[in-house]
Amino acid sequence: MSYNRTLPALAIVAALFATPVSAKTLVFCSEGSPENFYPGINTTGTSFDANSQIYSRIVDFERGTTNVVPGLAEKWDISADGTVYTFHLRKGVKWHSNANFKPTRDLNADDILFMFERQWKESNPYFKVTSSNHSYFNDMGMPKLLKSVEKVDDYTVKVTLNAPEAPFLSDLAMEYAGVQSKEYADAMMKAGTPEKVDQEPIGSGPFYLVQYQKDAIIRYKAFPQFWGGKAAIDDLIFSITPDASVRWAKLQKGECHVMPYPNPADLDAMRKDPNVTVLEQPGLNIGYLAYNTTKKPFDDVRVRKAVNMAMNKKAIVDAVFLSSGVPAINPIPPTMWSYNKSIKDDPYDPAAAKKLLAEAGYPNGFETDLWAMPVQRPYNPNAKRIAELMQADLAKVGIQAKIVSYEWGEYRKRAQAGEHQMAQLGWTGDNGDPDNFLNTLLGCASAKSNGSNIAKFCYQPFEDLVQKAKTTSDQAERTKLYEQAQVIFKEQAPWFTIAHSVQLKPVRKEVVGFKLSPFGRHTFYGVDIK
Amino acid sequence: MLRFLFTRVSLVIPTFIGITLLVFVLVRLIPGDPIETMAGERGISSEEHARLVHEYGFDKPVIVQYGLYLSRLVRGDLGRSIVTHKTVIEEFGSLFPATVELSLCALMFALLVGIPVGIIAAVRRNSIFDQGIMGLSLTGYSMPIFWWGLLLILLFSVQLGWTPVSGRIAVLYFVEAKTGFLLIDTLLAGDIPAFWSAVSHLILPAIVLGTVPLAVIARMTRSAMLEVLGEDYIRTARAKGLSSFRVVTVHAFRNALIPIVTVIGLQMGVLFTGAILTETIFSWPGVGKWLIDGIARRDYPVLQGGTLLIGSIIMAINLIVDMTYGLINPRIRHQR
Repeated sequence: MSYNRTLPALAIVAALFATPVSAKTLVFCSEGSPENFYPGINTTGTSFDANSQIYSRIVDFERGTTNVVPGLAEKWDISADGTVYTFHLRKGVKWHSNANFKPTRDLNADDILFMFERQWKESNPYFKVTSSNHSYFNDMGMPKLLKSVEKVDDYTVKVTLNAPEAPFLSDLAMEYAGVQSKEYADAMMKAGTPEKVDQEPIGSGPFYLVQYQKDAIIRYKAFPQFWGGKAAIDDLIFSITPDASVRWAKLQKGECHVMPYPNPADLDAMRKDPNVTVLEQPGLNIGYLAYNTTKKPFDDVRVRKAVNMAMNKKAIVDAVFLSSGVPAINPIPPTMWSYNKSIKDDPYDPAAAKKLLAEAGYPNGFETDLWAMPVQRPYNPNAKRIAELMQADLAKVGIQAKIVSYEWGEYRKRAQAGEHQMAQLGWTGDNGDPDNFLNTLLGCASAKSNGSNIAKFCYQPFEDLVQKAKTTSDQAERTKLYEQAQVIFKEQAPWFTIAHSVQLKPVRKEVVGFKLSPFGRHTFYGVDIK
Repeated sequence: MLRFLFTRVSLVIPTFIGITLLVFVLVRLIPGDPIETMAGERGISSEEHARLVHEYGFDKPVIVQYGLYLSRLVRGDLGRSIVTHKTVIEEFGSLFPATVELSLCALMFALLVGIPVGIIAAVRRNSIFDQGIMGLSLTGYSMPIFWWGLLLILLFSVQLGWTPVSGRIAVLYFVEAKTGFLLIDTLLAGDIPAFWSAVSHLILPAIVLGTVPLAVIARMTRSAMLEVLGEDYIRTARAKGLSSFRVVTVHAFRNALIPIVTVIGLQMGVLFTGAILTETIFSWPGVGKWLIDGIARRDYPVLQGGTLLIGSIIMAINLIVDMTYGLINPRIRHQR
């Protein structure tokens, strides 16, 4: 009797916790929902992660590096003057399909042209579909840079630039340049539902989208006809889990295999867990305090140097970043090519700082503002705390700093307008090219146009080097120029470089071949499960 | 009854307009505009900013924007999310069933535990049980949801391994959404293991979300029952020799129901607000988390539309609660 009663009960309990067996499935506990499935208008890493599995680009970053490797273009030629790029496309690249659309042709030059024109030309019928804010295309300066994009034949595309631009290939390897199917776009336009192209995506990447439920799940399957060969895993699942503690609980239980953005407080437990490996690498980012070099007293390099020496960087990084940051010396991260290892940081030396201040005519210090961002960022987990520590250090050499903050959008806008004397900010690299840091954050154009150069640093010897490097295609030559630029940066001290945050990624032991992306992206082609 | 209904419904209209105005003004008082927020630290050029502000119509005077919003609203157009570019109705429709499923389960938990516990506490007034339950309910009422949720996850999911950590269903189950209610969809698909997976995922969030309403319902049931149990007709019923069980459940409880039902109606609002935190902790894909993201991204259409829809639903629930008074207690009539 009791046997009969127990059995169904056991069956229910077993069913409750049973999970169906599936061929190799990798679960990534992602931190949020993507904005949509059109990388051309995406602005968040979360969206890029979701889309980079689906779309291919003309060129790619080699996994785990910032090196540009062939993507949809198997090779390319660059004209001697560096302004004409001729891309030779792969043949036989297949498109995904879905309930709305079955492709009748392989990828060709029309699709590449569509990628450019949709973001570039207002006359393109898709320019305004979903959104006309092609943020990254604009930020990388494409509208000004591109002169023409022509189809030479079905598998050859010629791109002509208005001026030589060394980082151009790196720019094209970024996610915003993911190629969509022109045939699909035309079909949806004809059906009167153009926005479906960005909601039910068709790509040519290693995984195709099976299901997306906002704030819950993104389900992909490996695309067997992917041009690079089928992925090692069969199913890829993004289990959307916004809370970092909950992500860690799921990883411990084996409910997911990889998680981004752990809580620093959980790191000790993660490192002790025998089922988990914590991968780490300094990220492609920098957090800094910019001095407004056009305002007194920071227009004097001696004052900037003195302030650099007055603040105890190591103590700040230890206290605020815990184990997730390394003190920054140069304006570019150490993982980037051309990083100048020979540069020594300004030492923490309040006595020398005081002396230098006296030389500059401020023996008793001065009053200044000190802006602290209101938000948490990977390169700056707690700007207010950093500001307080700086304030205390500065007080010791007689500098009275008043901490100021605004709402985030307002903060950035005012800092870019140069309203501050000292302001914290930071940057995460887009394309792995030093130009993206040295020119974007410290170049003259960006200082004058209320751009990202909030130090308003426009120093001709530095500018000459950076501009020369931008138009030189030989990487060895560019490396030399950037190394010299970093020497000048340190001498001129437009920033107090704070830290590069370390990218930490807890991954379960059964995951094989996961590589940290310098850009902080998560791509799962090439990853396997034991 | 019809007249009562008419009066109540006509009161709904000004409330409805009040909500639209309040939300419309409040979201615009949050510092920062959606275009700036989208740009992040990259920033956006002033020309591009001006072009987008114009495209979204944010450059018009607020009163004109409000007028346009109302005129679209009358036609049933709640707008499109600035971030995802999907219609607000579509997003709400895909997320709301998850919130309803969670809230109903939380309410069921609160009722099934709260009412019996409240009745027993009233019957055994001043006993250790009574004092223990009232103490516990005060603790439950004061418990911060996010802390309580994480505590339960650590104990039941991580340490004991009894329940899943978060989400609505194990990720390996793929159930086509028909109604949006996973408990129903899994049964429609005939996938029993998936159904149990959905049930197991509901347990912890329902307990967390149901804790505050449970505490309130238990306390309200106790006090309402105490009042009724002291009435003359209860003494009469007992004197007639009716069993204690019958006196409590039939004679006392029915008359104690009015305040309890009122509290349940009010708790629906609490459930929706509590869902915002519960959904974030348990990665529950409902409207709560959607609204939180909407605030962070200054997604005006989502905030306006979402709040309006939730407000309307709460108004409808309270209307239904008012109407049930008459059913519970025939002495209450709504004619005049």
